[in-house]
Amino acid sequence: MSSFWGAWVTVITLAVIFGCTLLLFQTRKSETFKESTDTTVGHVYDGIEEYDNPLPRWWFQLFVATIIFGLVYLALYPGLGNFKGLLGWTSHGQWDEELQHAEEVYQPVFAKYAALSIEDLQSEENKSGLQMGQRMFANNCSLCHGAAGTGAYGFPNLTDDDWLYGGEPATIKQTIANGRTGGMPPWGSVLGEEGVRDVASYVLSLSGRDVDPDAAQRGETQFQALCTACHGQDGKGIQALGAPNLTDDVWLYGGSFEAVTHSIRNGRAGMMPAHKDLLSDDKIHLIAAYVYSLSHN
Amino acid sequence: MIKHETIEKNIGLMVLLIILVISGGGLAEIVPLFFSTSTTQPIEGMRPYTALENEGRDIYIREGCHVCHTQMIRPFRAETERYGHYSTANEDVWEHPFLWGSKRTGPDLDRVGGRYSDDWHRAHLYNPRDVVPQSIMPSFPWLFENRITGSDTAAKLKVMQKLGVPYTDEQIADAQEAVSGKYEIDALVAYLQALGKTHSEYSNKR
Repeated sequence: MSSFWGAWVTVITLAVIFGCTLLLFQTRKSETFKESTDTTVGHVYDGIEEYDNPLPRWWFQLFVATIIFGLVYLALYPGLGNFKGLLGWTSHGQWDEELQHAEEVYQPVFAKYAALSIEDLQSEENKSGLQMGQRMFANNCSLCHGAAGTGAYGFPNLTDDDWLYGGEPATIKQTIANGRTGGMPPWGSVLGEEGVRDVASYVLSLSGRDVDPDAAQRGETQFQALCTACHGQDGKGIQALGAPNLTDDVWLYGGSFEAVTHSIRNGRAGMMPAHKDLLSDDKIHLIAAYVYSLSHN
Repeated sequence: MIKHETIEKNIGLMVLLIILVISGGGLAEIVPLFFSTSTTQPIEGMRPYTALENEGRDIYIREGCHVCHTQMIRPFRAETERYGHYSTANEDVWEHPFLWGSKRTGPDLDRVGGRYSDDWHRAHLYNPRDVVPQSIMPSFPWLFENRITGSDTAAKLKVMQKLGVPYTDEQIADAQEAVSGKYEIDALVAYLQALGKTHSEYSNKR
């Protein structure tokens, strides 16, 4: 704040307080603190008069107390323009103190678990570390993956040990930190409607589903030509690309014939946001440990 | 000293004295803010909303999102741990009107951009219970049916430009084309993903 506006605020604030004080004392009646008086305010309505009693003592003193409180407050806290207040308090200073206090209390705990590997964190003695991970998972991950990590339509189930990008501890951490962008191109215009249904039949047959064998056979030829670059010749997927295994009957977007044809026809785009700018490394470590525990305990 | 009776019987004098009394707070607390750089200068590197995001913002207002969601992270650790860096006035100098809100039924959204995928926002706005079973947020299925014509998008940006938002004439000329034919959900999700992402001055790591 410039010195002009600092002075502006100071002058107006003090003038208002001074004005209130003046008003209070100027209007105080000479008979102050007497319980009652015989003088009236002068008007008569239907024979009813109003006594001009002084302000009760306790009421008057409350006014005085608020004025004193205001002045003390303005002396201790920033209020009068550029005057910082005797306590030197600021809202972001208080926030800094809170953060520092939290750092002192929690950092040793995080440091203790950060030193342990994700495999070691699974042991019974480090149970509280996993519990911390579980709570951070609930705050940050459960909106998509569900409170129990079982996922939802379009959001992977984390409890079934079936991984799109791999379930090694380091891979899980990488997924949380950097996020993932999965994309399957649409094949509707390339395959035609007939081709889409043939390929869907073949894909479902990989999971042992009952399909029209002729359609599946036609679909296999198309699959080998178009799909193997990502899903592999055997349809078991390639984790480096995030291309799912099509042989395990686990479906991110539903496993009905209609859902699979929809995936092939229109493609899919899955995206997990990166968390490295939101969560510290130590927190990601504990969340990864919890995610790992979902399919390893 | 003026008598009580004098004031009560002269309505003009009473109005004048009332204005004098109630203007004290405004003069000291509000007026200086119009001349302070921390409230009138945008934060370093901030960009205005795109035409689509601006349409999304209008849908956000139309649907009353600001009634249950604030866009104001206060400087308490409990808030910054959950939502990211606390909000500052220089982030909102181009907000007309501001959407700080005054009550949280749902969480604060000031830095929600990038926290969830577009797919999640779409699923969540279509029916919140599909992704958050205990949610009490209403569903907004009509956003997936209504299309934006964009007939007044350029006019909206022009008003913003008059209010001091640095839209270029080119952006205004291209505004209708940028939004025309898009579904309302596309605009709203674009706006939500932009919240907190129009500059990168603050670290939101916690």
